[in-house]
Amino acid sequence: MTQVFIRELKKLLGPSEVLNLPEDVLLYEYDGSVEKGRSDIVAFPRSTDEVSCIVALAVQHQVPIVGRGAGTGLSGGALARRGGLIIAFTRMNRILDLDFENQRAVVQPGVVNLDLTRAVEHAGLYFAPDPSSQKSCTIGGNVAENAGGPHTLAYGVTTNHVTALELVLPDGQIVRIGNKQGDAFLYDLTGLLVGSEGTLALITEITVKLSRKQEAVRTLLAVFDAIDNASETVADITARGITPAACEMLDGWTLRVIEDYIHAGFPLDSAAVLLIEVEGITEAVIGQAATIDEICRIHHAREVRVARDDKERDLLWRGRKNAFGALGRVAAGIYVLDGVIPRSKLPQTLRRIKEIGDQFGFRIGNIFHAGDGNLHPIVLYDPRDTEQFERALKASAEIIRYCVEVGGSLSGEHGIGMEKSELMPLLFSDADFDLMRRVHDTMNPACSLNPGKVFPLNKGCGEIRIRPPVPEALAHR
Amino acid sequence: MTALTNNIAAKLGSLTVALRDLADPADRESYAIDGFIPGAVARPSTTEEAAEIVRFAAKDKLAVVPVGACTKLSIGATPARYDIALDMSAISQISHYDPADLTVSVEGGMPLATLNATLREHNQFLPLLVPFYSQATVAGTIASGIDSPLRQAYGTARDFLLGAEFIDGTGALVKSGGRVVKNVTGYDLHKLLVGSLGTLGVITRLNFRTFPAPLTPRGFLASFPSQEAALNARRAVAGSPLSPLTLDVINPRAARIFSERTPCMAEVSVFAGESGQTGEGPLPLPGEWFHPRHWQLCAAFAGVPEVLDRYVRDLTRVAERYGATSITILDDATRPSIWGRLREALALFRESSPFAVVLKLSLLPSVHAQAITVLESVGNAAKLLPALIARASGTLYIALLPDTVEDFSIEGLALMTQEIISLSHRFDGRASLLFAPPTIKHLLESALNTHPHADLTLMQRVKSAFDPQNIFSPGRLFSNPPWG
Repeated sequence: MTQVFIRELKKLLGPSEVLNLPEDVLLYEYDGSVEKGRSDIVAFPRSTDEVSCIVALAVQHQVPIVGRGAGTGLSGGALARRGGLIIAFTRMNRILDLDFENQRAVVQPGVVNLDLTRAVEHAGLYFAPDPSSQKSCTIGGNVAENAGGPHTLAYGVTTNHVTALELVLPDGQIVRIGNKQGDAFLYDLTGLLVGSEGTLALITEITVKLSRKQEAVRTLLAVFDAIDNASETVADITARGITPAACEMLDGWTLRVIEDYIHAGFPLDSAAVLLIEVEGITEAVIGQAATIDEICRIHHAREVRVARDDKERDLLWRGRKNAFGALGRVAAGIYVLDGVIPRSKLPQTLRRIKEIGDQFGFRIGNIFHAGDGNLHPIVLYDPRDTEQFERALKASAEIIRYCVEVGGSLSGEHGIGMEKSELMPLLFSDADFDLMRRVHDTMNPACSLNPGKVFPLNKGCGEIRIRPPVPEALAHR
Repeated sequence: MTALTNNIAAKLGSLTVALRDLADPADRESYAIDGFIPGAVARPSTTEEAAEIVRFAAKDKLAVVPVGACTKLSIGATPARYDIALDMSAISQISHYDPADLTVSVEGGMPLATLNATLREHNQFLPLLVPFYSQATVAGTIASGIDSPLRQAYGTARDFLLGAEFIDGTGALVKSGGRVVKNVTGYDLHKLLVGSLGTLGVITRLNFRTFPAPLTPRGFLASFPSQEAALNARRAVAGSPLSPLTLDVINPRAARIFSERTPCMAEVSVFAGESGQTGEGPLPLPGEWFHPRHWQLCAAFAGVPEVLDRYVRDLTRVAERYGATSITILDDATRPSIWGRLREALALFRESSPFAVVLKLSLLPSVHAQAITVLESVGNAAKLLPALIARASGTLYIALLPDTVEDFSIEGLALMTQEIISLSHRFDGRASLLFAPPTIKHLLESALNTHPHADLTLMQRVKSAFDPQNIFSPGRLFSNPPWG
């Protein structure tokens, strides 16, 4: 890192908006994943113009750039794999426009997901994507990784809720794509940018759809003595054409750990529970809840509870949304995997995950979005034990391979980042990578933005390397 | 046949591909775009054959226009070059259907109606009820980017297209996305294909999320004496707890066309409880539903009896509050005649005038009332009232349908179209020209390819990434250089 660059950056933003001491940038070495990547410098712009100037300056000095929100990502997407500059969007956190009639909001990328919902709930509206980290994750990060959450089953993931973006390209140019209404003009570039994991452009402004809060909601907790019965229930609900707002599964072992911490009222002796929510007009919800109750009982649910009020409902959801925190109490390291399978393959996949756990010597917990086949197996390990960590990564790769084998994919909502870049060839051919490369180069030709992500390293671009990459366990498995 | 076409024909003949009889001009004429007849027609029977043709074309820089059922070829600009029509309609199988997962993977040449017939066996459907429904292919529908009245409940194709396989401009077979309902694995290149008009690739396979067919669908039709009342009622419904399947306002001119014209194709039944194909005959419009001076609010909904009662009650209350003069609930017997017309509206518009100009404006719903007022005054001044369909999602379809152009010159029509395009910009919207006489398309080229707030450079770069030699449908989407 040249001192000239740092000096000019500080001149541009002010010294308090730039971090470059090793002890300061160390905090940006992590995200929510098991990956690491140290940046040399972190900058905190407050406006699009500042972002544009920073980008132009960094490119001029051949410094790689990584955009970052709250750092809650789970695939290493916001880590500086090649060192260089992190542009942290946490101070670009203003809601710029709220349009209740058209159900749109225009926000800066650093706005926290739940803060947007809080700003509009008085009008009966909310922002639908609801990742577990929604209290802290930013909408910019949600857009980069196309974030999901429990309620995306009925309402869609982030890409279904974004209608326009403002971008800063590596040459510093500011470009607007999409429009507030949402129908693409010529090519749907917005659709391309959402989920591109910061490898095409930096996103400086986001127009999102706001959803209308439903009139009625029923939250059911179905308790099972066998995990197969729970997964068959999910497959049956899907096959019968019922789309709950959310359909989450927690296995017995996981829910006992959570219950110990949250006291959500999960039954301690069960093999699995399903947390199912239906929403809509009152008349529709009553019927759907009754049908789901019936399906659960056909599949030998021991008990089906219905949350009596908002308090009970919130408690059940608190158990689900704080699961990862609860698990953190029982192990030094938790590795949350993200795989996705056809929903019809749920029972066999859960059995295979158990086998893989046995084979590699891990107790693998499962807590996941069962309704859309998005698995989150959880491997508890000790990060200080290198051998155990390597073994955890191997078990993870084995599970993801199985997901692909049954017709699934590498990631449902966490993204590829640096965690799974080397697994990409499981799904994509050289020709696929070639086209993805060419599309990448339309915006980020010199790989100035987020180098070393999404693409396998041997198919990466002529990256700017300011120092040799740190060894990454996943890169070599 | 020109020397060039002879040459293409000879070269194509040397490939292993099944070709249409190139000597028969009538055959090639059926692939004409705005009167522009292709030099040759190739109808491959496998994806590999199609890729071979593309590689051949890329080598010689021949222009390839991928086609399906040729129902929407007149959408978009006239191609700058048109050497080969690549007819993909023979590659039309369902590759994979997992009813229990509600996902389907289908080859691009399959007709939508055939696909929906298969899905219906499992009480599922694909919510793409688009114009020319009984012929349109799946890939053609995606490439045209046309929407369906059902977008109110299900969104547009980009919301349920999970992945795609296509041939890029180098002749490579590539894919993006997957077959699962949630996926962040590589770039969503398939989203770019929606509305790309065959300029990015030849679509060979599409993966969709399917949906449970709505239980007992019903229709609701309310007549209002003014556009203001109809749009206010639409806004009240959109802001209510109800989630109707469709929610459109149609103006008196459009209503008149609906009452005068019947879709030439019967609605192919796609929902549970319907008896199947209702025959090939026209769909009569029972009763006097379309009052010549009234604006109509059309909604559809579905569910168990208690849900249907609630919709009828709430919709009726809203309609009465805004002064509806008549309210009709449509059941299985009457619903298809309205839904069929709404679905086929663009087709009905186009066939009702030899000089039909049909535009799609993407505007925020809140500016519809203002925009429509301006449109009507423009129409009044020109003595040509447009037919309008105003979806609650913001899409506004506008059709200029002169009976003759004797007292209404082509230049006058072009001017009016131009005015509508600028109007959309004034309301921070976007306009696309769907159907128009070729002369009008040529007159408006520059107006259509510019937008005060849109940057075309990125679009052009993306086009070059997919199609480095510019062989796919050159000039169809962008007519400005360097696209010619």
